[in-house]
Amino acid sequence: MLDQTAKQNLPSHPGVGYKAQHFSNIIDRPDPVKWLEIHAENYMGDGGRPLAQLQHLSERFPISVHGVGLSIGGETPLDRDHLARLKHLCGWLNPASFSEHLAWSTHDAEFLNDLLPLPYTAKTLTRVVTHIDQVQDIVGRRMLLENPSVYLDFAETEMDEIDFLSEIARRTGCGLLLDVNNVFVSSTNRQTDPYAYIDRFPHHLVGEIHLGGHDEDADDTGAPLLIDAHGSEVVDPVWQLYAHTLTKSGAKPTLIEWDNDVPDWPILAAEAERAAKLLQKVAA
Amino acid sequence: MSQTDFRAALLDPDLPAPNGLTDPQGRPAGRRFDVYRNNVSVSLTEALRTAFPVIRQLVGDEFFSAMAAVFLRAHPPQSPLMMFYGAEMPEFLATFEPVSYLGYLPDIARLELALRHSYHAADATPVPTAALETLPPDQFVASRLEFVPAIRLIRSKWPVHAIWQANTRGGPKPVPQAEDVLIARPEFDPDPMLLPQGAGDFIAALMDGQTVGDALEAAGQFDLTATLGLLIRCGALARIIPGELS
Repeated sequence: MLDQTAKQNLPSHPGVGYKAQHFSNIIDRPDPVKWLEIHAENYMGDGGRPLAQLQHLSERFPISVHGVGLSIGGETPLDRDHLARLKHLCGWLNPASFSEHLAWSTHDAEFLNDLLPLPYTAKTLTRVVTHIDQVQDIVGRRMLLENPSVYLDFAETEMDEIDFLSEIARRTGCGLLLDVNNVFVSSTNRQTDPYAYIDRFPHHLVGEIHLGGHDEDADDTGAPLLIDAHGSEVVDPVWQLYAHTLTKSGAKPTLIEWDNDVPDWPILAAEAERAAKLLQKVAA
Repeated sequence: MSQTDFRAALLDPDLPAPNGLTDPQGRPAGRRFDVYRNNVSVSLTEALRTAFPVIRQLVGDEFFSAMAAVFLRAHPPQSPLMMFYGAEMPEFLATFEPVSYLGYLPDIARLELALRHSYHAADATPVPTAALETLPPDQFVASRLEFVPAIRLIRSKWPVHAIWQANTRGGPKPVPQAEDVLIARPEFDPDPMLLPQGAGDFIAALMDGQTVGDALEAAGQFDLTATLGLLIRCGALARIIPGELS
């Protein structure tokens, strides 16, 4: 087990998704970044540089472990080997937070490497609750569940997303990860009001906020179709929605996600600085 | 709608988007479903590009992407650990007709996979440089050598080391010959080293758990001193298990 000080909660300050090319920047001059998030799956090898770097970073920063491969919304049972790897990583690292997605990615042992959507029904609710109970039981800690970016609707959906997430949290005791960019992307794609979504969201359950960039496209009818891409700056309308979120939720640990076409450190740090300024304006 | 139907349409661009997926007005999802199709094929292609940079260089970027589209449909990942995606690439390349004239590609893919596995292998402390010198010769011959987890041996009838070198570090033009490559990871970066002629048989036998004496018998003529020096210098040995003297 590593240093126990990592056990502290994530601070209500900016964090960034850790990329190896930023290692020396983060060690030398991390400001205003106060914590780091890693994708769990990238640290499931047996050793070498990834784990050595992570150990080093965890002695200086609270770490959030963010899984992208568990397939909590899957029809097929959770992958037991993968659960065991998550348990091992969280046991070794003792992270400040552990989160996963309301999505599926594995079907019949085949991993599709995308966060795929599910309809919101009584049946899918029961399945997700069973899976989260299993995750929290095996990993041995409370998890946060993230709202998805969606591009389409299911005819069979019978609940709205906030009711669905709230009921999951009520039944499992899990917390929520509010991705404000995902709210903006999904609301635009579903032609609903992102501010109404934020206003109804159960902010007392939120342990972390995500911000990231998206791409713009159009559907067959020419209606805007936004795509969650994590490859660019957070756009102004998402910053405005974030500022509005903070007036409802108070200050929360806020992550800048930038996974593709990763920029040099100063550009990423400037995004974190923009979040820091907004966080300073609200009480925790 | 079942995830089986969703998944089938995801990997088959000729199928229509599944029924029951719509836009906000209830019309068929169309391009909206294509976002997921695109995410899957782009992200898996990207994972393969990262895993096989030398194969990509050898066949060209455009060809590699087209080949990846075939590969990822025939061999979707079986685990969420994308760093190990592509284990079936050597066999795929051996039977993929358009590259049948590039006989060395499967072994280059094996080399690239081995580099990846070496990079993520468990850390270990190698035996000190003087470890072999202190053993009496007859005891050494009866010993077995245990390798550290990051060590990999790639044996090929092709000049795989020269081809890898020429495409990563700008080495000279490869000449046709069999080559054995030992991958070691002195600290964090795996390093493929060309083995002296004949040493591959010796190291393969040692990795098999044979004694030094039996491995020497299994091998033909080769430079033992140079080979042992290389194993020690690159930190290949985790343990020398002394043999029983008869």
